[in-house]
Parts: sequence; C-alpha cells; structure tokens
Amino acid sequence: MKLSAGLRRRLDHPWVLGVLGILTVLVLWQLIAASGSVDRLFLPSPAGVLAAGSAQAEAGILLADAIASIGRVLGGYALSMLVSLPLGIAMGSNRIICRLLEPLIGLIRYMPAPAFIPLLIIYFGLGELPKVLLIFIGTLFFNTLMIMDAVKFVPAELLESALTMGGRRLQILTRVVTPFIAPQVIDAYRINMAAAWNLVIVAELVAANEGLGKRISLAQRFLRTDEIFAYLIVIGLIGLVIDLLFRLVLRRTCRWAI
Amino acid sequence: MHLSLTAVCKTFGQGRAAKQVLDTISFEINSGEFVALVGSSGSGKSTVMRLIAGLDRPTSGTILMDGRPITGPGHDRGMVFQKYSLYPWLTAADNVAFGMTLQGLPAREVRERTGYFLEVVGLQDAAGRLPRELSGGMQQRVAIARALAADPKVMLLDEPFGALDLQIRESMQEFLYQLWNRTGLTALLITHDLEEALLMAQRVHIMAPHPGRIVRTVETELDRSDLGALRVDRRFLEVREDLARCLRGLSQEAVTPLPPV
Repeated sequence: MKLSAGLRRRLDHPWVLGVLGILTVLVLWQLIAASGSVDRLFLPSPAGVLAAGSAQAEAGILLADAIASIGRVLGGYALSMLVSLPLGIAMGSNRIICRLLEPLIGLIRYMPAPAFIPLLIIYFGLGELPKVLLIFIGTLFFNTLMIMDAVKFVPAELLESALTMGGRRLQILTRVVTPFIAPQVIDAYRINMAAAWNLVIVAELVAANEGLGKRISLAQRFLRTDEIFAYLIVIGLIGLVIDLLFRLVLRRTCRWAI
Repeated sequence: MHLSLTAVCKTFGQGRAAKQVLDTISFEINSGEFVALVGSSGSGKSTVMRLIAGLDRPTSGTILMDGRPITGPGHDRGMVFQKYSLYPWLTAADNVAFGMTLQGLPAREVRERTGYFLEVVGLQDAAGRLPRELSGGMQQRVAIARALAADPKVMLLDEPFGALDLQIRESMQEFLYQLWNRTGLTALLITHDLEEALLMAQRVHIMAPHPGRIVRTVETELDRSDLGALRVDRRFLEVREDLARCLRGLSQEAVTPLPPV
C-alpha cells in the first residue's frame, strides 16, 4: 500500500495508532451489538453503556463511588510509598538489613494480598481501615524490592567520589543514592499503582457501602451489564490518568534521566 | 603533606581462594610532587590508589598521611576516576560545589569557589549544563575541578584520561600538567600509558603484575616548558623506549604463547 508523505507523517504521531486501536474495538463492538447476534443482556451497545454511565453520573453516584475508591487507593498507596522508600534504601545499602528481611519479604510477597481480606475484616471490621491496609500490604513489598534493586545498581564511582570528598554515610544515602534512584522509584510507584487499583476493587467487591467495585457487584445482582461496562471503562480511564500523572511527575522532576 | 607507603601488601579472598594483588609496595610522595605509577592491567596499580584513598584496607604494611595512619576515605585525598563519575542530575557547577556542600561550607564560599574552580578548568561557560550535555574531556575537567574544590592535600588520578580518544587525551595531559604547575597541587597519577606518565611526573614507578610490585623507579629530569616538543624529544623517547622494553619484558611472563596450529 502506498501512502502519501503527509499522511505517513501524520500516522507517525505516537498517539495515532493507539487511538486507532481503541476506535477499531469500539466499531467492532457497535457492529456486533447492532447485528443482534448476541443477547443485549450480555453485550449492551456502546450507546447503551454511555447512557447507563451518564445516568449514574447525573445521579451523582458515579462521582461518589469514584471518590470513595480513589480515596482508599491514595490512602493505602501513599502509606506504601512512604514506608517502602526508606525500607528499600536500607535493604539496598545495608547487607545485614537485606539478609534479615529479604527472605521474609520474598515469602510474604507470594501470599496473594486478597487472601488477607478475611483476616483484615476479622481484625478491623468492615470500615475503611481494612481496605487501606489491604492496598498497603499488597503493594509495600513490590515497591520495597524494586527500590532495593535500584539502590544496588548505583555505580560505585558515584558513592566513592562522595566518600573522597568528605561525605558521610547518611549524606551519601540522601544526596547520592536517593537522587540517583529517583527515576526508578517513580517508575516502580507507577507500575505498582496498577496493583493498588486492582486491590481496591477486590476489597469493595467483598465488602463496602460505596465504591466502583461495590457498584459493579450491585449491578451484577440486577443484571445491569450496561452499568458494569460503564464502570469498567471508568476504572480503566482513572488508571490511565494516574499512569499519565506519574509519567508527568517523572518528566518534570528527573529531566536528567530522560 | 607527606604520604608514605611502607611494605604494603594486599590479598583478596581467604584460604585457598586467596589472591595476592600487592607485594611489599613502598614509596613516598611529598608536597608539590607529581608521581606516577605505571603498569599493565593486573599490576594492582588501581588497588594502590584505593588503599591510599581509604576505600580499601591493606592486608599488611602501613600507609601514613602526615604521620597518621589512614583509616578511611577523607577529603584530604581527592580522587578522579577513569569512568565519568559526575552526578548526572547535577549541573557542572553543582557537581563542582558538591564536595563543599557535603563539608558544610557556607553558601557564599561555595559559590565563589565553584566559580573559581570552573574557571581554573576553563568551563565557566558550561556551569549550567548537565554532564550528559558535555563532551568526555569536559566531563573529566569538571571531575578534576570537583576534586580540587573539595580541598584535597593530594590528588589521586586513576587513569583519568583512559576513556578519551587520543587527541583529546593529549590536550588533557597538557591541561593537567599546566594545572599542576600553576596550582602547586600534589598528584599521584595511575596510568598504563608510559608517555603520559613521563610527560608529567617527576618520579615514575614501574609496576609488575601477579602480584603487583614496584620493579623500577625513574626520576625524570626533563625540560617540560613545551610538552608538545617533549613528546618527540630524543632523550624523552630513549627513556620511554627503555622503560617500554622493561614493561614488555614484564608482561611476557604473564602471557603464555598460543600453541602452534
């Protein structure tokens, strides 16, 4: 196939093909829904999903659910970021701490976080605390291990230069190690954020009064597949926005590494 | 400033895996001297430098700095590494200022000295640039300025120009010699390049490998008013050839010839 130079240049924009991919799925979805070959109950049309979504939004339910879910994620994940940074740096820079904690963390990491939900409910009831804690324990160890790995790969010359200029141990951690690993830390936070977002939905499916996951489980009870689709898309969109925000932070704060 | 190494030995590993890398190394450096250690890879010359910097401890023997044993790294022994070791997130100026801020110097003094040392290495115009925006030669000049700004009594230069291509290396050698001549710093240069060592150092120690030891010491009395001319000076070339033969003889012990095909 021959393309004109102008068209080819426009197609080369990094977003063009991505948008094209999404549009293709939307069109296919519309065609299948319109053909009537699949029961409307199983596959609502895009327009139907949009209508269900806007109905929820107009009633203020969508916003309340989104705020509830985002609040839980922010709470649990902020805690996870806050704890994993010093913990990961300590493990990456101190052999004793690393040997002490690495097997333990390696073990806990393989325990699926959702399996902790029954325990958390027994300990802390059905309120916000068990959901926040679930996100915290479900992401803490991934963040910690990724930060630890980043610390281990700080070039020796950078550390030794600081030592030969009179740097003390703590100064080297704060002024050499931390800025050097910053891009990898932000990236680790971005990647593991997806897990936090998964966990909040799981927690809400089990027990919650509001939240995006809770609404999906209610919609299932009333066979409202259009609402389920609408909420799934909202969840995806919020995740995408969060991902882009982390990328923006990385680009703003670590210009040297890009 | 007086730095002395007496019968320094270094063994890595223990038991059967032990490998001796340095065997009774002894030499001295006095204030204002430029001394070079020359040897092939495996001669342990970088290990000597790390011991002096305090980044490693000798297995036996003593290293004294102004009469006191070295117990760890300190800013009195500045170091320039072969690999570019600038902090990639800091501008050239912030890299130069780094050691001074670690030591807690007042901000005004840091600013003044940063400007001064950037000027010394001729990079005042590059102050605001990141390391990746500088050429290899410029990066090493910033690294030298950074080490100087931390106020060392002796500069340890570990193959500082080893990663540069030839033409830049030659101009950097002239730059370093002029710097030494002008500022009166004390320097220990580690290199495998004989010409580089002879050009700049008043005393050159030749090291043999496996285990690393000093086999020959040459005091060079050369007219260094024009390094470009010195490179092709007949007496310079004679000394260089003599030492090159010595080095070749040493490395032949280490290399086993390939079996005939």
